[in-house]
Amino acid sequence: MVRSALTGTRVRERRQRIGLKQADLARAVGVSPAYLNLIEHNRRRVGADLLVSLANALGVGEAALAEGADSALFEGLREAAAGAAGAETGAAESAPETDRIEEFVGRFPGWAALLAERQARIGALERAVTALSERMAHDPHLSAALHEVVSAVTSIRSTAAILAESEDVDPEWRAQFHRNVYEDSIRLSDAADALTAYLDASPGNETGLSSPQEEVEAWLARSGYHIAGLERPHPTPSAALVAGVPELASDAARKLALAHVARYRADAEALPLDAFLRALAETGPDPAALAERFGTGLPRVFRRLATLPEGAGPPVGLVVCDASGTLTFRRPAPAFAPPRHGAACPLWPLYAALARPMVPIRTTVEMAGRVPVRFLTYAYAETRFPGGFDGPQVTEALMLVLPAQGPRTGGERIVGAACRICPRAGCVARREPSIVGAGD
Amino acid sequence: MSGRVLLIEDEPHIAEAIRYILARDGWAVASHAEGQGALEAIRREAPDVLVLDMMLPGRSGIDILEDLRADPALSGIPVLVLSANGQGEARMAAEGAGAARFIAKPFANADIVAAVRQMAGA
Repeated sequence: MVRSALTGTRVRERRQRIGLKQADLARAVGVSPAYLNLIEHNRRRVGADLLVSLANALGVGEAALAEGADSALFEGLREAAAGAAGAETGAAESAPETDRIEEFVGRFPGWAALLAERQARIGALERAVTALSERMAHDPHLSAALHEVVSAVTSIRSTAAILAESEDVDPEWRAQFHRNVYEDSIRLSDAADALTAYLDASPGNETGLSSPQEEVEAWLARSGYHIAGLERPHPTPSAALVAGVPELASDAARKLALAHVARYRADAEALPLDAFLRALAETGPDPAALAERFGTGLPRVFRRLATLPEGAGPPVGLVVCDASGTLTFRRPAPAFAPPRHGAACPLWPLYAALARPMVPIRTTVEMAGRVPVRFLTYAYAETRFPGGFDGPQVTEALMLVLPAQGPRTGGERIVGAACRICPRAGCVARREPSIVGAGD
Repeated sequence: MSGRVLLIEDEPHIAEAIRYILARDGWAVASHAEGQGALEAIRREAPDVLVLDMMLPGRSGIDILEDLRADPALSGIPVLVLSANGQGEARMAAEGAGAARFIAKPFANADIVAAVRQMAGA
């Protein structure tokens, strides 16, 4: 049955619901009862003027009768039917009668709306579960806090078992084990407090992602930060790239995504993928050499290196901050996980670049952690004047993160991800205590 | 039981508990608390069984395992990997790198003792 038949069905259902005779309605709107009958059985289209008259006579808004007015409702019901089919709920006779959706909506509009709303809710909850699972698996704060809890529990369990199951523990050892259990119980308590505070402080919404920026990053992470649709000679329109993306649940996220797409598009035009990959093969990942070769700035090269197709270049991380130091873009790399909430380590070369715009800074860093990892970083800050010479200047700093090559030299700058999860004791730049035991 | 066990574990209280339960079972237990210098400790102690934590300061347990397997003189040492990350991914990474056994933290003491005995062929 075609969607255009809907208006007639709606007119009939509404008329019957309010107890109006077909002849009376026909008279009220200035058509013959026979013609109205054809309309109600969807054999005649309804013109715009007649639609207004019918809506007035039936006491509803014309939008309620218009074709396609319930498209979201129909889509929701079709999704529900598809979900039921996917779940393989059983016998064919219990499958939803998708060919009778229109009749269902017409006869039971309340139930239909409820079912579609439930379907939308299920979809939102499924997205939230996916997002939370991803977050649980990759959030460095959570990972550090959970490691702390598991370590303390392991120690307490093992030590308590020795004390409980052994009669003949040497008094000196017994005293030592009692001390250990006591200290680990405090450590466990502190870790549990930190974990609770962290989870309480983490805002959430329907997607389980706490900010529009996280929504955009979740979308980009799904495609490895590479947008193939923007690399073609005739790129996909921006609106089409962000339409219907489940991760982009909020208007703010869609706006951020559009801004990202616009910048990506300009980068791709200035540094076409094939030419950029050829240059990369010749020069290696030296951002300055690549910038010189294409006659462009370092930030554009940084962004391009961080958005290559998977396997086309080295594994690259990229963080970008504004003049306040707030991270506005985070592309993680293997073993490099920028903090999702709050500020990053103040010792990152990113912030050194922010303090010295237009000066390229190359630093090998060692990320403090239970397993320290070295990275080669290129940092650079650029100042723009979008408001003219007298307008406010806008500064943005970027830090490209690549795996460090060669042996450890001892000259690496020791940094962390963020103070809360940094185990480095005695750090002069620490701004808050760590939730990891070794921190101070 | 008798034999030598080298324990590489950076959590001091966990290391103390493991040392105690293995020593009580008759094993001579040496320990090392970080990733760096681990290979040298393994060469020095020449253990019958290596108990290796995954998350270590300096170098990860996986890195150490890979180096161990690449050294013909050390590659035959059976390794029991301990990890606070009990997810399948960590287990697969450890076993892929050549671990003979994997035990997730928190563990039962009896499981550690039984695994060491079995790996040493005792």
